[in-house]
Amino acid sequence: MADPMRIRARLTGDTVEVKVLMAHPMETGLRKDSSGKLIPAHYIETVNATCKGKDVLTADWGPAVSKNPFLAFRFKGAAKGDKVTITWKDTAGESRTDDAVVS
Amino acid sequence: MKMSRRAFLQASASGTTVLFVATTGLLPRIAAAATSPLAPTDHRKEFQGHTLESVVKAMGGDKAVKSSDIMLQAPSIAENGAVVPVVIQSKLPGTRMIAIVSEKNPHALSAAFHFPEGTEAYVMTRVKIAETSNLRALVQTDKGFFYTDKLVKVTLGGCGG
Repeated sequence: MADPMRIRARLTGDTVEVKVLMAHPMETGLRKDSSGKLIPAHYIETVNATCKGKDVLTADWGPAVSKNPFLAFRFKGAAKGDKVTITWKDTAGESRTDDAVVS
Repeated sequence: MKMSRRAFLQASASGTTVLFVATTGLLPRIAAAATSPLAPTDHRKEFQGHTLESVVKAMGGDKAVKSSDIMLQAPSIAENGAVVPVVIQSKLPGTRMIAIVSEKNPHALSAAFHFPEGTEAYVMTRVKIAETSNLRALVQTDKGFFYTDKLVKVTLGGCGG
């Protein structure tokens, strides 16, 4: 199981800024290991963020997103104490869901 | 060790055979790289394209128009192509999607972000860039596709080993 995401959601004015740091190797499938064999591709394909049961961001990623991806976005319509839930799914069929409370 | 030019020439003359072997050993790799570009492996059609135009077509558009209402922030010189911070903000009304496109990568499309109502057309992330190229921010609004670009010089590529 992958390590948990680090999520921070902060309310300033009427906008919530969400910052996410995911733990993922994001292997492109083009790199070779020390013995010259290709390392199989393993990267996050979809990311979904919801707040109060409503989508606030969805993303389709390719292998060109950096290792241990960082993502920041802003949305309106949430108050302090609301929960932001983020889910990612990768090419190996693994997924991980974590949440953070808006502060 | 310090070596004068003369000493170096003499040494390399005696070592010609070694050099020759080394050169021929390198050649097939270069030839292979030239004939088989890194093949995209992703099955999603948006990720198949090699150019901005083909990405737009895969997303159901026709063409992208250059716009000054998109802000793309990225370093002019990226020391490490594996981690290039990118900030994109769109002032175009009705922005639904922001995508990061770098045409010299094995997949032109790096990432696409979809914004439902209520989410600002703003995204910050970090991407890999294979070599010096124009980084493009592609934006989809109700009126079509728009883009802006910025040259990012890469000193260390982000996709190789």
